[in-house]
This record gives sequence, structure tokens and C-alpha cells, in this order.
Amino acid sequence: MKEVFVLAEHRQGELRDVTFEMLAKGMELSQKTDTDLTVVLLGHNVEKFAKKLTDHAKRVLVIDDARLENFNAETYQKVLTHLISERKPTLTLVGHTAFGVDLAPSLATELDLPLATNCIDISFEGEKLVVVRQVYGGKVNVKASLRKSESYIVTLRPATFEAKGTKPQGGEVIKIAPPFSDDITYKRFIEYFQPPAGDVDITAADIIVAVGRGIKDVDNMSIVEKLAEAFGGVLACSRPIVDKGWLPNDRQVGTSGKTVKPKLYIAIGISGQFQHISGMKNSDLIIAINKDPKAPIFRSADYGVVEDLFEVVPTLSDRLLEGKR
Amino acid sequence: MNIIICVKHVPETAEAEIAIHSSGKKIKTEDLVFDINEWDNYALEEAVQLKEKHEGSVTAITVGSEAADSTLRKCLARGADKAIRLTDKAFEGSDSYVIARILHKVIQDLPFELILTGAQAGDDGYAQVGVVLAELLGIPHATMVKKVEPLKGFVKVNRELEGGLEEIMEVKLPALLATQTGINEPRYISIMGIRKAMKKEIQVLSLKDVGLTEEEVGESGSWITVEKMFIPPVEKKAEILTGGVDEITTKVVETLRGKGLI
Ligand SMILES: Cc1cc2nc3c(=O)[nH]c(=O)nc-3n(C[C@H](O)[C@H](O)[C@H](O)COP(=O)(O)OP(=O)(O)OC[C@H]3O[C@@H](n4cnc5c(N)ncnc54)[C@H](O)[C@@H]3O)c2cc1C
Ligand SMILES: Nc1ncnc2c1ncn2[C@@H]1O[C@H](COP(=O)(O)O)[C@@H](O)[C@H]1O
Repeated sequence: MKEVFVLAEHRQGELRDVTFEMLAKGMELSQKTDTDLTVVLLGHNVEKFAKKLTDHAKRVLVIDDARLENFNAETYQKVLTHLISERKPTLTLVGHTAFGVDLAPSLATELDLPLATNCIDISFEGEKLVVVRQVYGGKVNVKASLRKSESYIVTLRPATFEAKGTKPQGGEVIKIAPPFSDDITYKRFIEYFQPPAGDVDITAADIIVAVGRGIKDVDNMSIVEKLAEAFGGVLACSRPIVDKGWLPNDRQVGTSGKTVKPKLYIAIGISGQFQHISGMKNSDLIIAINKDPKAPIFRSADYGVVEDLFEVVPTLSDRLLEGKR
Repeated sequence: MNIIICVKHVPETAEAEIAIHSSGKKIKTEDLVFDINEWDNYALEEAVQLKEKHEGSVTAITVGSEAADSTLRKCLARGADKAIRLTDKAFEGSDSYVIARILHKVIQDLPFELILTGAQAGDDGYAQVGVVLAELLGIPHATMVKKVEPLKGFVKVNRELEGGLEEIMEVKLPALLATQTGINEPRYISIMGIRKAMKKEIQVLSLKDVGLTEEEVGESGSWITVEKMFIPPVEKKAEILTGGVDEITTKVVETLRGKGLI
């Protein structure tokens, strides 16, 4: 029986959400194409994960080895090259995450299999594999097809597919011996590093005023600081503001920053690319201020203000302060 | 330390009006402003800083049209020593896999200890050129790089993971690193730099020079082919508050007051 592979992603003792999102999509695809859904689990002392994953797939292929303890593109690639060559899955799903992007392109190159990265949808049209990707910062979608092949690799964007629960699959755990004899020679994991926390915890705030690149200059930051103060909220931001050093990194909202869920989130001069959205989309109420009516942020907001932030923000601060007097 | 940087000339679209071309397979670019890809701008700065610390040279390479010269000139003005542009009609329609193959053909004959690319191109966001290129060259790679420290025979890097966490890895040299934004503070271009850059030559190579066949490049060589481009459907739409600035801010305040948020 042909298989669809899902590469399980875990870190520091936890299976990551993207694993279950891929499994949900993988289940749908395997049912449609009449193939088996198989999880590939690489790691060290991962029995606990294997057991959990049996609920979600027909089988769990486990390769347990000390050299697989932490993600390492070199060792992961060796194992996956072996597994994919042996079992020839129709499709291998990998997360479009810091792990996935380090692995999938070289894996596909070594195996000479077509790869589509950062996909937000995927389906088979007959033998043809078709994907949807987002380009130009989420302003345009692309439907694309992959070069015909007996096996494909696709990386799926995290927080895009719903990790719906299915009835327990009672999958079988199959242990496979690690296919390498030599040591890791090119790439060595040393340790994790968590940058120290600052004095403001934006995840605890009820009201967040978030600023993006639309603010243009560090000298303009005072107008959003003033608004945050008028709201009695905290100031947060999109990534470019941290990259420029205008706010410390613990104020960044998004995939590589914090995930927040305030009662009110006001996005100012933020375009709304998915890495930002996934960090704030569960806020109770979202208001976006952006002069571009086509900005993707308006697809995630409850209320939109299509105006120049330099006019709206100071006026809004004044209104709020008036109300308090 | 000899360093190669791969740079892409991309349109600025965050603030621009975007329209789909009549072919349905690309966007109209006539009215857009192009510049160096945001991620590559950081890679460029990193390369120049490494050169300043460890000597050697920086070579900037792009696959693109003649218009990409402005991005290469920017690299030269900021401290790159050499620039190469790979241009051919046959390259049109190439996906990121083919771009990596073209780059590979040229880079394999150049001396280098380090190749830097951006983590992704801001236009089509594949995040794969660097890693494919490393595999073709048979050298190790690390992506999402936030810190680079060259040591003897290897380089120590911080890779950015999700949620602000980083991992520290050692990667054997020669290696390819795909850098993340915020890794450094890109410098401004000096007038002197611009003058110097104008005098430097940009080497231009074509399909023939690269040594690939027509079938290996463009759509025929690609892993993925665009079928159509479209403006994303709106699942949830914000209620747009209208009126002048005064009216809008009043509406915002009233709405929030109504919900007990202020
Ligand atoms: C691996 C990875 C991880 C990432 N992690 C994160 C993350 O955690 N968080 C994050 O935010 N990003 C992250 N990013 C970056 C992300 O892809 C975008 O680059 C970023 O979110 C863009 O920030 P922005 O919206 O502020 O800027 P832009 O996209 O440049 O948008 C600026 C917006 O301001 C508007 N504007 C300009 N002037 C005005 C004005 N006068 N009035 C009103 N509006 C105006 C424009 O219309 C535009 O929509 C990550 C990227 C990668 C590759
Ligand atoms: N046409 C190109 N020419 C040179 N380098 C490129 C080109 N396209 C992409 N790159 C490099 O590869 C990185 C990742 O791009 P991508 O895989 O297309 O998202 C970019 O940041 C560049 O460093």
C-alpha cells in the first residue's frame, strides 16, 4: 500500500502543533488517494510521542538514536533519504518551520524529488500535485503544480491547517534501526539559547497597541507610545521594529516573537503577513489602522481604519485622554 | 575569508497597489520600485563585516535582468569587491530550484569559505535557494541565522527557532548560511562607496557560460510551475470605519466604550 508521510516535529520534550496540523491534512489526502498515513518520528527516548501519534495515523515509524535527540538537518536528512528511497511515499509533509526549512530543500535535492515550500493548500488533481502558496507578503496567492513524480515533498505553513481530532486510529509502532554508522561530521548541535526576558510581559496585557514599519522613523515612535499610554495598554510591534532596534525583542508579536491574546489589539502600520498574524489572531477584538485598503491585516481584523496613521493616531490619543478628564 | 553573497532584486510591495498581469501568471511590475531583497540586505552587511574582521573578499551574485544591476551596485557601494549577474532569456520562469542550480554552476568554480544568502526572498517566499545550493555544492548549511562567529575550520551560529528561542550549532567550513533579518545593522551607503561602485565592472554571464541546457532552466527545469495568480479570497472582512479622521476616531472610542474596553 502506498503511503503519505508526515514528519513529526518536536522540541524540548514536546510534540509541536504543526505535527497535528499536518496529520489532519495528511489524513484527508491519504483518504482521498487511498493511501496509508504514516508518521515518521525521529528522536531519542520518544516512546511517549510514538504512543500518542498512534491515535493519528495508520503507523508510526520510529527511529530512536542519541544522534537524533535534537533536530539536526544533517542526521535527519540521512535518515529520511533512506526511508523515502526504501518506501517511496507518494508524498512527504514537513512543517514550514525553522526545522523544516533547514531540511526539506536539501533532502529534495539529494533525492531529486520536486518540492513545494510554504504551502497553504495542497491537493491531488489526478496524478498531478497542486499547491497554493502566498507571495508578495500575502497580497497575492499562487496556484502551482509540481513536476510529475512518483514521490513529492511539501512543506506546510504552520497555523494554517486545523488540527482536528479524528477517532483514534490505533496505529502500529514500527521501530527501524538508524541507517547510519558514522558520526555527525558537518553539523553539531550545542545548546538552546533563550534570550533573557525584559521588564514588560506583553502576553499578560489586556490592551496591546502594536506598531509596524508604517511608523517609518524612530522619532515617530512617541505617537504610538502616547496612544498605548492613553489606552492604559502596552506597546508591542512587528518584527522590523525589533530588527531596527526601536523596541526590545520581547515586544515582538508573531511566530518568532510572542503569541498574545489580549481583549483589544490595535495594529498600526502593520501589513499583516502570516508570521505576524499567527501571533495575534486569537485576540478578542482587533482594530487595524493602515493606509492601504488591500493590506492583508484587514482580513484578520474586526474593524479597519483606512487612513494615514499620522493623522489617526494622535487624534485617537486626544479623544481617549479627553474622555478620561 | 572569501565570501559569496547571493542577492535578489525584488519589487517593494508592502505599500504598493498590486495588479495581476493579463497572463494570470505574474504581477504587473511596471509601476513597482525594486530594491535588494530585505533579507539579502542583512546578508550583505554580515559579509562586509566579516570581511572587515577577517580580511578576504566579498563577491555578490544575482540571477536577474539588467535592472538587477542597481542591486549589485548597492552591494559594491557597501563593500563588495566583485559582482556577477547571470542573465538569459531562457532563465525566465525559473523557480527557486533552478535559480539554485544556475548559482551552483558559477559558484563551484569560485574560491570561497562562506556563502551567505537571505533566509527567504520577500517576493515569492520559497526559503529554499540557499539550502538547495549547499546540497548541490556538497557543503553544510544553516538557515535562520541570527549570529555568526567564524572559528578555526568551522563557524558557530545561532539559529532562530520559533517563539524567540535560538539554537547554537557548529557548522564545518566551507558552509552556506542563510541569514535572518535583525542579525546586524545594515550601514548607509557613503558617497565614496557609490563613486567606487560606479567604476567597478559587473561581470555578466549567460546560459552558455553557465553550462546548463535550455531544458534544465526556466519552467522546464523547475520543480514547480505557476498555474495562476489571484488576489486571495476574503474569509473574514473587517468592518471599515468611514468618515473623516474625527468621525472615525469617535466611532472607535464609542465602539470600545460600548464593549467595555475603555
Ligand atoms: C522566519 C520568519 C519569522 C518571522 N517572524 C515574525 C514575527 O514574529 N513577527 C512579525 O511581525 N514578523 C515576522 N516576520 C517578518 C514578516 O514576514 C514581515 O516581514 C513583517 O511582519 C512585516 O512587518 P510590517 O507589517 O510592520 O511591515 P510591512 O510589511 O512593511 O508593512 C508596513 C505597513 O504599513 C502601512 N503604512 C505605511 N505607512 C503608513 C501610514 N502613514 N499610515 C498607515 N499605514 C501605513 C503599509 O501600507 C504597510 O501595510 C518573520 C519572517 C520570517 C521569514
Ligand atoms: N534570483 C536570485 N539570484 C541570486 N540569489 C537569489 C535569487 N533568488 C533567491 N536568491 C537567494 O536565495 C535566498 C532565498 O530565496 P528564496 O529561496 O527564493 O526564498 C535569497 O534571500 C537570496 O539570497
